[in-house]
Amino acid sequence: MAAPFELTDDNVVVIIGTGAGGGVLANELAQKGVSVVALEAGGRYLPEDYVNDEWESFGQLAWTDTRTTSGDWRVARDFSNLPAWIVKAVGGTTTHWAGASLRFQPHEWKAFTTYGEVEGANLLDWPIDADEMDPFYARAEDKLGVTRTNGIPGLPGCNNYKVFEAGAKELGYKEVHTGRMAINSQERDGRMACQQTGFCFQGCKWGAKWSAAYTDIPAGEATGNLEVREKAHVARILHDDSGKVTGVEYFDANGDLQMQRARVVCVAGNSFESPRLLLNSASSMFPDGLANSSGMVGKNYMRHLTGSVYATFEQPVRMWRGTTMAGIVQDEARHDPSRGFVGGYELETLSLGLPFMAAFLDPGAWGREFTTALDSYENMAGMWIVGEDMPQESNRVTLSDVEDQFGLKVANVHYSDHPNDIAMRDHAYKQGAAIYDAVGATRTLPTPPYPSTHNLGTNRMSERPEDGVVNRNGRAHDVPNLYISDGSQFTTGAAENPTLTIVALAIRQAEHIASEMNQGAL
Amino acid sequence: MIETRSLKTLTRRQLLSRGIAAGAGLVVGSGFVAGRDAAWATEMDAMKPDSFATLVQMARDIYPHDKVGDQYYAAAVKGYDVPEEVDFAQSGIDMLEDASRAAGFDSYLGTGWEADRVAILRGIEDTDFFQRVRGGLVTGLYNQKEVWPIFGYEGESYSKGGYMYRGFDDITWI
Repeated sequence: MAAPFELTDDNVVVIIGTGAGGGVLANELAQKGVSVVALEAGGRYLPEDYVNDEWESFGQLAWTDTRTTSGDWRVARDFSNLPAWIVKAVGGTTTHWAGASLRFQPHEWKAFTTYGEVEGANLLDWPIDADEMDPFYARAEDKLGVTRTNGIPGLPGCNNYKVFEAGAKELGYKEVHTGRMAINSQERDGRMACQQTGFCFQGCKWGAKWSAAYTDIPAGEATGNLEVREKAHVARILHDDSGKVTGVEYFDANGDLQMQRARVVCVAGNSFESPRLLLNSASSMFPDGLANSSGMVGKNYMRHLTGSVYATFEQPVRMWRGTTMAGIVQDEARHDPSRGFVGGYELETLSLGLPFMAAFLDPGAWGREFTTALDSYENMAGMWIVGEDMPQESNRVTLSDVEDQFGLKVANVHYSDHPNDIAMRDHAYKQGAAIYDAVGATRTLPTPPYPSTHNLGTNRMSERPEDGVVNRNGRAHDVPNLYISDGSQFTTGAAENPTLTIVALAIRQAEHIASEMNQGAL
Repeated sequence: MIETRSLKTLTRRQLLSRGIAAGAGLVVGSGFVAGRDAAWATEMDAMKPDSFATLVQMARDIYPHDKVGDQYYAAAVKGYDVPEEVDFAQSGIDMLEDASRAAGFDSYLGTGWEADRVAILRGIEDTDFFQRVRGGLVTGLYNQKEVWPIFGYEGESYSKGGYMYRGFDDITWI
């Protein structure tokens, strides 16, 4: 069973983080017989532990260690120490994610070529394309059990979806359905079907939604090749005089500093912690941070432009009943500059419980303009905007002056909207409101972006070493046995929810690493 | 939820005889604040009862919900009625009273109309006191499970098997 490896074992692949990237990579490598030590900063929570209570669950699962913020995004004002809503636990944010599993559109792999020069943006083509990713997407969809793929039927539409669908069709939208979701619409892989419970964000108590916590992680452990060390907070990555990484230092569950030797190190701590770790691993050989000769570590932070539209109606909707992300409109995901912006966006239903609606509807607002909206909570429908935001060098993760509980400098997250982001969001707000107006909304409420769950781009993939941090395999341009395995390797963000792409890249990276090891190149 | 403790047994008449009406629905007495209908009451541990009544009214004026009773607002700010918080709260309430007098009223509770109180609050909304009270209410008020049914929110559903057979798609008006 779960094989414990010695700290001195320098034959292991060390993976930092166990979410969609690290968790999948750990299992895929373990299945191939590779010895893996996965270091996870959080604890282990399973469906029996999850709670149908927004704030209690947030306290259980969310990454609430201090971060700092700057820039003109509202999150920096309203949630100054909480730039992200992500998870600190085995399985990472796959516990929290809503399950939307969309492939990039082919042109989105080539954003620079497709969109051209956009002033103030740092656009770049990915060094890989849709054809190359196709088989890995197929494997990811099969692994996650994505509805509307592999003959799996779509989920039934809940009340929130019914309102959204009727409005969208009234408006003439064609690509309207209950989504491609990594939520079982029927029993599959020993996991049961969705019971329309709501609380998808709080961890699925039925296990109907795919999460690495109870799929890939235990599958990898069952091979005997994967050891997951919980509550292991990595401090820095070490290297030798030749510039190869040799191991990682981490604080264990008791707060004691340990050092695990490594043959290969894969970083998958999400787009704040991954660059933070590289920057905190600066040395005399790598004075600007590990793998940072390009200066791109931490830069080009993307978060999808996001935003929400809620609307109230004369009659009840009860949007909290059923799947949180219950349907999608894809007509606006195309690239069509005649709308006044490059790239596109998805509209996806979303619901929040009363406690989170109060916190996120209009943070900082008070008085009757705010409370009359909540008075109509039962009659409210909601949707989320997911659109491609522009990579900008000035949007970046740097080391803050603030230190964490281990004396390590925390991440500062700086973000300001690009004019293209603002134009796209304004368009999406109008379309979202029009959907609800078409079916009799009495009031529509544009809602600002929440703390980010889609965090991307801070160690981006590039063909040329001077343009990014990692190559087409997620391998650091500067360090041959160092990999980035999470969303921070995204060159551009595309309009789609990122998890399926992170999983597909992890499956692909596992093939590459195992092959390199077999050839003695790692 | 507010503890009613010994005051629970008071009749409305007895309650009113022991206190004075303050604000819309509050009675302030020696060591306690209660609803005017005697349906609830809370004894003060550290705060002056009239200060607490002012704080309850301020909470309602920040997040006014006409179907939500004062006891829920009282529960939401009861956390200031402890030795560690009372000085912070009292100095903020003193500032609020100063602002009320500057606006031509005897006190915050002496204003009479919500619009007057809202104008006073707009004048202090950038203060730490206002922002901490407001921020605390976001969870203190809206995360009270007893408040949820007033908004129609049903809360936890797993133990009931979710909504698969309990109306996840039951609306017919669309």
